Amino acid sequence: MSIDIETARKVAKLARIAVPEERLPALAGEFNAILGFIEQLNEVDVEGVEPMVSVTPMRLPRRVDVVTDGSQQEAVLANAPDAREGFFAVPKVVE
Amino acid sequence: MLDLSYDLPKVKTIAGAKHDWELVIGMEVHAQVSSNSKLFSGASTLFGAEANSNVAFVDAGMPGMLPVINEFCVEQAVRTGLGLKAQINLTSAFDRKNYFYPDLPQGYQISQLYHPIVGEGEVLVEMGAGSAKEAPTARLVRIERIHLEQDAGKSIHDMDPAMSFVDLNRTGVALMEIVSRPDIRGPEEAAAYLGKLRQILRYLGTCDGNMQSGSMRADVNVSICLPGAYEKYQETQDFSHLGTRCEIKNMNSMRFIQAAIEVEARRQIAIVEAGGSVEQETRLYDPDKNETRSMRSKEEAHDYRYFPDPDLLPLEIEQSWVDAIEASLPELPDAKKARFMSDFGLSDYDASVLTAETADAVYFEAVAEAAGDGKLAANWVINELFGRLKKDDAGIADSPVSPAQLAGIIALIKADEISGKIAKDLFEIVYTEGGDPAEIVAARGMKQVTDTGAIEQAVDDIIAANPAQVEKAQQNPKLAGWFVGQVMKATGGKANPAVVNQIVAKKLAG
Repeated sequence: MSIDIETARKVAKLARIAVPEERLPALAGEFNAILGFIEQLNEVDVEGVEPMVSVTPMRLPRRVDVVTDGSQQEAVLANAPDAREGFFAVPKVVE
Repeated sequence: MLDLSYDLPKVKTIAGAKHDWELVIGMEVHAQVSSNSKLFSGASTLFGAEANSNVAFVDAGMPGMLPVINEFCVEQAVRTGLGLKAQINLTSAFDRKNYFYPDLPQGYQISQLYHPIVGEGEVLVEMGAGSAKEAPTARLVRIERIHLEQDAGKSIHDMDPAMSFVDLNRTGVALMEIVSRPDIRGPEEAAAYLGKLRQILRYLGTCDGNMQSGSMRADVNVSICLPGAYEKYQETQDFSHLGTRCEIKNMNSMRFIQAAIEVEARRQIAIVEAGGSVEQETRLYDPDKNETRSMRSKEEAHDYRYFPDPDLLPLEIEQSWVDAIEASLPELPDAKKARFMSDFGLSDYDASVLTAETADAVYFEAVAEAAGDGKLAANWVINELFGRLKKDDAGIADSPVSPAQLAGIIALIKADEISGKIAKDLFEIVYTEGGDPAEIVAARGMKQVTDTGAIEQAVDDIIAANPAQVEKAQQNPKLAGWFVGQVMKATGGKANPAVVNQIVAKKLAG
């Protein structure tokens, strides 16, 4: 797999990271280095081996259906750049 | 319990320039799971609370917060799957669907792309049972899968000209996405499918089905094809026989869904007939203009880069737990309807009406059993009680008449104690004032007069007072009805109509 400049630009956009045009070739190169490293894993034969999802034999922890959280509007909004009347206020996003 | 003796409903066709076109529709229904708290946090799911008051730090996407699954939401998804006769997957897993939007603070939605909790199922969609006259038809719509996922928050755009306001109360509430196969063949079928799904979910208690508050929303995939092509698809399951589909997003009105499907199909027909080709894309329906339009801005963001959520282990459940849930399922609409038809001799239409909601069915059954007459009970519940409640804009839960009271009225009719007309008056009294029907009849002298002597007297009086009418009636026996009416009036509706008929006929002849 090879990442070209176009793909690097797309990945940056999807991640909402502004990458200057002149930085794209280097970024694509770094992606390729990482993917090349990971591609070595393909050399391992895992035929018939069940995928490992955890290093500890744990069951997914569950919660009972009771309300134990919330009622903390002020705390939730504390870091918002702008909040009005209990809402987060953001630049208009409308389809 | 499926009754497949129904005929298939007629496929909707739209006339094109040269030939007819058929419609092919698949739906993705998002149903909000009925639960107290959210899928991965302990915040309340209550609708209509003050903005951002039902938000845990997990929902707000705060760094370092970890999701812990709500076991009851899993149970609700399993219950829904069982209710749709679907395969339950004992191992399922959660994936991240990545995209940016202000009402999705995590930057991804936790969903189940690769290993959903519920596999293939089915829904019997009846058509035409909405009226007593049409013969019912039905289509078996296949369910492809149901997966659990988080809902997003809500953006409000009309509070400020330059800003959008975001409320995260809904963020993280559990949704079931119920995905159908493209087995739906017209706008009316799409609405009927959604209606049937809603009915089943409400019976199961897994979703309140409130479309207005957004508890049920649908994405509708629409394509067009030439007659015959769909049958080829069904034989081979090869989608290349079908046209390119467009997805109309996020609709929560039965009426708009139907309008959107129709207008979208016509748009596609116009494109294809002009020699163009339909582009697969996401569209929005605008009810004001009655048109769909492309959500082009969403296209690029549709690269969701799904991957398994590293915060959540696979969800493993035990067959014994699934069996216990199955054992607790209520009687479902299809089975209840079939039983009402066979046990009480009801018509398909009456049985459909009475099983629309669990509460209606429970009420009817109580009346039918107490009165010992299913058909009469069905007539009274549907025509009188539902009609009267509708006038008050009320539901069965608000009925001032209890099943025992209604059964009491029916018992009086069956015992010939009161006439049909008086029964209606009695019903109104019980409805507005309450009380025991038999006592009201006794106290207010509403008992039917079957005493022939009294009726004969009334008939004689009318005949004596109307010699001209008597002469006309003797020449034209059809006019005897006028005398019957006069006698009923004179006796305040209490005379037994059959007896009055008989006596009037005898006296006029005589």
